Amino acid sequence: MTAPPARRRSSGPASTLLFDEPGPRARRRITVATVAGTVVALALLALAVRQFAANGQLAAARWQPYATWPMWRYLLGGLRSTALAAVVSAALAMAAGLALALGRLSRRRPLRLPAAAYVEVVRTIPALLLVYIVLFALPRYGLDLPLLWKLVVPLAVSNAAGFAEIFRAGVLSVERGQGEAAVALGLTHGQSLRLVVLPQAARRVLPSIVSQSVGLLKDTSLGFVVSYAELLYSGKVLANYNGLLIQTYIVVALIYLVVNASLSKLARALEARQPRRRIPGAG
Amino acid sequence: MSPILDHLPEFWQGLLVTLELTAASFAGAVVVGLAITAMRVGPVPVLRAIGTGYVETFQNLPLLVLLVLAVFGLPEIGIKAGLLATSMVVIALYEGAYIAEALRSGVNAIAKGQGEAARALGLTFGQSLRHVVLPQALRTVVQPIGNIFIALTMNTSLVAAVGVVDLTAAANRVNLVEAQPIPIFVGAGLAYAAVAAVAGLVTGRLERRLAVAR
Repeated sequence: MTAPPARRRSSGPASTLLFDEPGPRARRRITVATVAGTVVALALLALAVRQFAANGQLAAARWQPYATWPMWRYLLGGLRSTALAAVVSAALAMAAGLALALGRLSRRRPLRLPAAAYVEVVRTIPALLLVYIVLFALPRYGLDLPLLWKLVVPLAVSNAAGFAEIFRAGVLSVERGQGEAAVALGLTHGQSLRLVVLPQAARRVLPSIVSQSVGLLKDTSLGFVVSYAELLYSGKVLANYNGLLIQTYIVVALIYLVVNASLSKLARALEARQPRRRIPGAG
Repeated sequence: MSPILDHLPEFWQGLLVTLELTAASFAGAVVVGLAITAMRVGPVPVLRAIGTGYVETFQNLPLLVLLVLAVFGLPEIGIKAGLLATSMVVIALYEGAYIAEALRSGVNAIAKGQGEAARALGLTFGQSLRHVVLPQALRTVVQPIGNIFIALTMNTSLVAAVGVVDLTAAANRVNLVEAQPIPIFVGAGLAYAAVAAVAGLVTGRLERRLAVAR
């Protein structure tokens, strides 16, 4: 048998590290495992369906509303608010993250230390705690933000640290020679960073940026706590209104799943186009 | 500092709940992650597809949505469990997907010859996974798993949003009584930072101890 092409670091899902091309016995065993796995999966599914049915949650009347436009219009309105909050906080977090990354890479100590401290400290504070601070602490000091910003500010603050680490890893991944060549050509440090290093880094970090943004989009579900009418909070309002708790939250979860899975797929497509390895994201 | 000292029992109780949640769901997540990884690196297409589907699903859903679905939705279909237990299971299932992904990249980073050598020695799939591949994979993923642990600790705070009185909820409650947000929230933040710092320290030491010159 000819040896398969050497794939030492296959990062794709098709890892064949642990088995050879199956022979007759292995094929039989695979068939058995396939049947067993399918049976277990179907049994779990049947159990779930039975549980739904036994409690009357499968009744057509309890799902019917989600075949009507007004319910969807309401939830899609929530999705629009989710997108708005995600885009605004992503823009702020990326700008802050870039500044922090450059600060942390700076040759000047007074810039490097605060940037490093920010990243390390914020990484260890839960986003929900930041939300509570904006919700309950800031108003006491006379800073009562509008609803959207009560969600956007904590998300931007916490995700800035994540973006900062991604950008920093990206800049560090550009070969030293690039910056040195730029300086040798007579560019200043700032010019070499702006014209030579950052453009290359930006291309490399793109997949990680997209996955961090998926994380940020997931974080916008904290609107549930803020009472900002994004998707999850809209779901809560809707469930309280029509009493269809599990149905509503399942529909909400499916919407999140479709949106985020598409974005993750985009990240993988971007990654596949990359000639080089990916920068591991933070988180 | 006095608002914290006056309410030390509440904070302590909250911290205990957070630590308990963190430890239990991390243990659960490791088990889930190992099982899913075994399915995804095995030769059975159906199991690989299930494993991949699991990871894709849980990585693309917000944890808060899962918590809300489980805490408010499951009783509707007759599954009634304690609030804390439900939260633990949900966090374990969610973070299990991240651990599985980290482990898979660790497995993929192992030279193909290792698996081939294990099979040449006559080890079965389970044996080569247990004795040859996983020990090496775990070594390379100490750092990523440490990061997942820290993220998990931060994520446990979301249970405050569904009514579990953890450290975040305790801080919030004390603040509603005392109205001194700065010391209270800074105190809670420091407690989380301390947990994360310990985790960072442990992973650093583990990594150094497990490091193998190649």
